[in-house]
Amino acid sequence: MITLNVNQKQYQIDADPNMPLLWAIRDIIGLTGTKYGCGVAQCGACTIHLNGEAVRSCVTKVSRAVGQQVTTIEGLSKANDHPAQLAWNEANVPQCGYCHSGQIMSAAVLLREKANPTDADIDAAMAGNICRCGTYQRIREAIHLAAKLQKEGAK
Amino acid sequence: MSVQEKENISRRGFLKLAGIAGSALCLGLYVSEKAEASVLNEAQATAAIEGVELAAWIIINTDGKVTLISHRAEMGQGVYHSIAQIIAEELEVDLYKVDIQFAQGDEKKFGSQLTGGSSTIRGSYKNLLKLSATARQVLIQAAANRWNVPAAECYAALGHVHHKPSGKSAHYGELVADAAKLTAPANVKLKARADYKVITKPLHRRDSPLKTNGEAIFGIDKRLPGLQFAVVERNPRLRGKVKSFDATAALKVPGVTKVFKVVMGVWTTDREGVAVVANSTWAAMQGKKALKVEWDDTGFEHISTAEIFTRQRELLKTSEGLPLRTQGDPNGVIAGSADKLDVVYETPYQSHSCMEPVNCIAHFQGDKVEIWGPVQAPNWIQDYVSKKMGLAPEKVIVNMTFLGGGFGRKAMPDYPHEAAVISKEIGAPVQVVWTREDDATQGPYRPGISYRCEGVVENGAISALKFRMAGQNNDHWRSPDNGRPNRSTSEGFLKPYYDSIKNLSFSDVPFKTPIPTSFWRSVYASTNGFAYESFLDEIAHKAGKDPLALRREYLKDERLQKLIDKMEAVSGWKSRRKNQGFGAAITECFGSTVGHIVKVSKKTGGGIHIDKVWVVVDCGWYVNPDIIKAQVEGSVVMGLGAATIHEITFKDGMVEQRNFYDYKMPRITDIPLTEVHIIDNDADAGGMGEPGLPAFAPALTNAIFDLTGKRIRKLPFDLNAV
Ligand code: FES
Ligand code: FES
Repeated sequence: MITLNVNQKQYQIDADPNMPLLWAIRDIIGLTGTKYGCGVAQCGACTIHLNGEAVRSCVTKVSRAVGQQVTTIEGLSKANDHPAQLAWNEANVPQCGYCHSGQIMSAAVLLREKANPTDADIDAAMAGNICRCGTYQRIREAIHLAAKLQKEGAK
Repeated sequence: MSVQEKENISRRGFLKLAGIAGSALCLGLYVSEKAEASVLNEAQATAAIEGVELAAWIIINTDGKVTLISHRAEMGQGVYHSIAQIIAEELEVDLYKVDIQFAQGDEKKFGSQLTGGSSTIRGSYKNLLKLSATARQVLIQAAANRWNVPAAECYAALGHVHHKPSGKSAHYGELVADAAKLTAPANVKLKARADYKVITKPLHRRDSPLKTNGEAIFGIDKRLPGLQFAVVERNPRLRGKVKSFDATAALKVPGVTKVFKVVMGVWTTDREGVAVVANSTWAAMQGKKALKVEWDDTGFEHISTAEIFTRQRELLKTSEGLPLRTQGDPNGVIAGSADKLDVVYETPYQSHSCMEPVNCIAHFQGDKVEIWGPVQAPNWIQDYVSKKMGLAPEKVIVNMTFLGGGFGRKAMPDYPHEAAVISKEIGAPVQVVWTREDDATQGPYRPGISYRCEGVVENGAISALKFRMAGQNNDHWRSPDNGRPNRSTSEGFLKPYYDSIKNLSFSDVPFKTPIPTSFWRSVYASTNGFAYESFLDEIAHKAGKDPLALRREYLKDERLQKLIDKMEAVSGWKSRRKNQGFGAAITECFGSTVGHIVKVSKKTGGGIHIDKVWVVVDCGWYVNPDIIKAQVEGSVVMGLGAATIHEITFKDGMVEQRNFYDYKMPRITDIPLTEVHIIDNDADAGGMGEPGLPAFAPALTNAIFDLTGKRIRKLPFDLNAV
């Protein structure tokens, strides 16, 4: 048995320590917001936070998460109200929506690191996340908006 | 008949109300072959809602809760939202309080449920408006009767009926029992466009919140009690059979429970593989890696990309093909010209690469099978799986989830059939997931096509155009080759040219390979558009004319003239300098016309930079301008990948690309700024999920020609190598 802390909750799971977190989270713990896109660290659909840092869960072994804090999209905020989530909704970013759990998890780290991200910052932080529906223009817009909301919220 | 006509004047032309056991008002389009009375009695109504005859689209229960049944799939294009936005307008309810559910596959009730051809809104909006307005009217009548006042003194707003003079009001739920007893008025008056409060507004999508917190259930997220997980090792040569396999190592992987051969239908052919079933997707994937399979490729052509395109070019040299359309005498004019243009355009095979890999759940239970998945055509699946498995159609229950992209791939019934076969074998519900590598290497693909384009220009005017296309016909995967030309040979080409170009022909030079092909966003328009609109640019230069001015001259149609006006105005076309890097293209696709202007410049150090894309859309009547803009923005990105990166290649009968590291996607760093303009008019609605795509590639290459004098006739091309 392996103990994982996901979204501030303890889970006892019977899993191979080599299993990627992605599959442990989806198929064993049952949180399906984190997505499979490529399995080889190319698309970012599986992005989660490990101790607050964005990682690709498809190439992160369960063993690496033991004793650490795992956050998935379901745990990013209580009421879908992280500034990135609010901005994503305001800008109507999602089309099919499949990539956006990962997009938002990447954006959340950027927004924490840089209060006023420039376009270049956004490019650097978001280039690892593919969107086949092509919502990039709105992702950029939403991140700028989220930065604004974050500032207002902090006041 | 067009999709639209079919759906508007179908057998479902009768609108019906039904009280469901006194607890709800149910509105739908009634499949009436028996000419029933307009009010159903309780037994009939119950039967109806159980699915016998009434396609329930809107259900209002006694609490006033409104449920909308979406007959079509949501794959990013926004119909989940747009259908609700239409209904909210005429039913006078709060758009954000309507409950939306996906319908199960049932062609008898809903007509075609193929979410393809950008057909949902254009095929359903008139019925939806009428249905909603009728519901509102009977609710008003029910209230008027109860209060004993004239209906004309009452009005509806936000799910209530109000009586103006007395100030009385009732919510819809209180009125449904009475309303269900009324006869639906035959002709309700619909609102004029100018009076819309909801339709035409850029409202927030209903599905957005579900897609920002992980709540939306895509096919791959669906869970059932006792669900098993499976992956399949597939023949890398697309066809061929399993000769033998060794499962010893696979079965040693912890969690793997079963390994067996599976045969799934791919339309009229079959594909073989070895299924690995386990208690998690990952365990199944590990088992697959440990498998040893020997394939039998006997009789399979070891096809290669070079061979395919050489063969197409050879055919285009010698074969006239099957004529789709001929007017005047293009052959005569071309034969008599000493100065004709005669060029070949080439477009590659492409993968759909939906972000959500292909997957499906099936639960086979003796005499029936229930399916859950990201599917574009639940009724096709019902039909196909029932035939393949010898089940009655009603014993194949198909449930739609959200789709993480579809683009045509998820209209194919192969993967639901495969899931059903695996579930039958193991006697349990199973989710079959295609790995990204399966998705890349197995197809179906957009067919690779070569076009021979010939044209004669005399005294600045077009004397003749002749187009021949050599590429696989998608239709042949679903039905036998009937010897007729591909009906999509001229798809994308603007019809008014038929009136202004006297000598013109399109023909299809039949071309076959064993590679499975299927619709890919905007289908043949995506490749035809590149060839035809690039060639028109060549013609314009030959004629010494401004490319948009030439189109204006030959497109004698008011809507197109306005579209061109707008394209010129928003992009500053007329004030551009010579060879400044502007290109234009206009295509028609699924009832909508879209024009692109692309502006490019030279990058310092070589290569081309796309400075800006302006898109003008004429899609007639529309629901939500912001969703249209989003569809176009996305189409530009997908079109950019298709034009400058993507190519599925074959070598020794195998696909060479495997995952996003060798079939690379455009990223946030690669995209041009896109500005979208929508023309306002009241013409019949056109589609919007696909029409934004085809004109991008030719506008881009026409812009590159303008800037550099280099004509690009083969896709994909490398922007950095121009
Ligand atoms: S699934 Fe992990 S990066 Fe693609
Ligand atoms: S919204 Fe579909 S992949 Fe990003």
